[in-house]
Amino acid sequence: MSELFDMPSDLQNSYLGLVALHLREALLPVLAGLLASLPIAQLCVRLRWLYPPVLWVTTVLYAIPSLAFFVILIDYTGLSELTVMIPLAVYSLVVLVPAIVDGVRSVPQETLAAATAMGFGPVRRYFQVQLPIAAPAIIAGLRIASVSSISLVSVGMLIGNQGALGNLLNSGMIYNQPRLIWLSVVGTAVLAILVDAALIVVRVLLTPWMPRSTSARRLTAKEATR
Amino acid sequence: MIRIDSVTKRYPDGTVAVDRLSLEIPDRSITVLVGPSGCGKTTTLRMINRMVEPSEGTILLDGKDIQQQPVNTLRRSMGYVIQNAGLFQHRTILDNIATVPRLLGWGKEKSRARARELMERVGLDGALAKRYPYQLSGGQQQRVGVARALAADPPVLLMDEPFSAVDPVVRKGLQDELLRIQEELGKTIVFVTHDIDEAVKLGTMVAVMRTGGRLAQFAPPAELLTDPADSFVEDFLGTDRGIRRLSFFPSAGLELLTAPIVASDTTDEQIAARDLTDAPYLLVTDLDGKPLGWAERDTEIDTARLLPYGRPFVVATDSLRAALDCAVLSPTGWAVAVDGEGRAAGVVSQQTIGEAIRGAHAKSATTQKAAR
Ligand SMILES: Nc1ncnc2c1ncn2[C@@H]1O[C@H](COP(=O)(O)OP(=O)(O)O)[C@@H](O)[C@H]1O
Ligand SMILES: [Mg+2]
Repeated sequence: MSELFDMPSDLQNSYLGLVALHLREALLPVLAGLLASLPIAQLCVRLRWLYPPVLWVTTVLYAIPSLAFFVILIDYTGLSELTVMIPLAVYSLVVLVPAIVDGVRSVPQETLAAATAMGFGPVRRYFQVQLPIAAPAIIAGLRIASVSSISLVSVGMLIGNQGALGNLLNSGMIYNQPRLIWLSVVGTAVLAILVDAALIVVRVLLTPWMPRSTSARRLTAKEATR
Repeated sequence: MIRIDSVTKRYPDGTVAVDRLSLEIPDRSITVLVGPSGCGKTTTLRMINRMVEPSEGTILLDGKDIQQQPVNTLRRSMGYVIQNAGLFQHRTILDNIATVPRLLGWGKEKSRARARELMERVGLDGALAKRYPYQLSGGQQQRVGVARALAADPPVLLMDEPFSAVDPVVRKGLQDELLRIQEELGKTIVFVTHDIDEAVKLGTMVAVMRTGGRLAQFAPPAELLTDPADSFVEDFLGTDRGIRRLSFFPSAGLELLTAPIVASDTTDEQIAARDLTDAPYLLVTDLDGKPLGWAERDTEIDTARLLPYGRPFVVATDSLRAALDCAVLSPTGWAVAVDGEGRAAGVVSQQTIGEAIRGAHAKSATTQKAAR
């Protein structure tokens, strides 16, 4: 059994070590992307004219192949994890910015009016009303960004084995061991599914105020009319 | 007192939403702003809590210009209720109501205790405290909206079409509840609606606005119905303002006949002994005094074959409008008056009600002349 997970020594890592590395390389960029998207999105909500050009820029950045990014970045950050993570963070913007903008815009006008009328300043209103109500949309964006980031990390193998589980693809070919290729592909897929599931759990925990399902809604509607 | 002093609001696109409006909103009573959609009611209301800033003119609260006060302090001293309630969907009912106390820095426990108190005051079941807004009906949400506005006990309450989105039965309940709460709390309420019936029912004073943001008339509802300032107000009041005005005349002065009331065990001799000259019908009651129906005079009473008596009115508490309605609905043309327990207190003909209406008109005309 343990032979199944044996790693070639040149990777200098156990399978679990690669999994942890993969997670870090995939999710840190999404986190950075989220931190950058929040103020960008808020600007787009405040200044409506800014949103279309910002969307355009994020889309163009997304269209740049990661290899091109690597070529530029290697001069500055070398053959490091950072060189892989920076493009991933940039890519996440294309999903996260619109997710946050749409989420914040979906807060009903009357809710905002009520908050203002009760004496919420703009900052308090943003953090206590708009952001919490936008949370489900933001998490939906995070799910897509995380899954795509997890699958994209593998290209890092092209720059000195910085692709975590992706490196196994390369090793599998060199050593002619299909087992390693399977470990890479299946491992990446399972990671994506688990991270996605974890984010769903987070959403459910954060939003007890959302109608759970159509059947639950029907039940309470019945109760309400009683 | 809130004093609106020749206030104009011109939006950046050039729309004049409010045009040189002046109003004195009396303390501790309900002042209704009513008018067709787009006539500037919401704009006027939002200028009072500075969600909209006037282009010209001033608004004084207790003699002080509201521009001189910190905006969030001003807003926290004014409850605000809107259509569809505008509840925070991500907070429980209790936390929604506790919002302003929390903003004012009250402790969590104190705020929640206060919120519980208010749930009771607006007629919400305490079991709803931990629910979220999506789990409540429209009417319940609107009650939460009112409770939230009242939470920090503000002297002023601003209400923008708060009951427009609920069905008529629920709306009537909410209106009655508002009147009851107002009786207990005595807030200075500015209430916006496009529904003239709601305005007449709730308002101590009613400001009718016309398109273009100008004031058409500012008067107590009874005066509005009697004496509309111009054809715009008259049209806005609708075709049956004469009937509706009767709501302001009490039925207390009506002369009720008791001779035609017979219990099901009253004997023919006893009936014969009564003076029934004016009464072509007898009202038969059960042994408790509750009305059963009408019987024609001079025929044998058969409790199985009585004429229906329609809907009775409650003597003294109901208006002449209710009395007239009962007489019109009754197949005999006579209205039945009942006491608080539903026992027959007397009967009255359409003719007598008509005389009472003429008398009430004459009386109100003289008092109005005296008031001028
Ligand atoms: N923010 C705004 N910018 C431009 N025009 C507005 C704005 N808000 C309201 N208006 C216009 O001002 C007028 C009065 O609006 P409002 O006060 O909402 O009327 P009401 O509440 O009586 O329906 C309307 O013609 C409306 O279109
Ligand atoms: Mg309005």
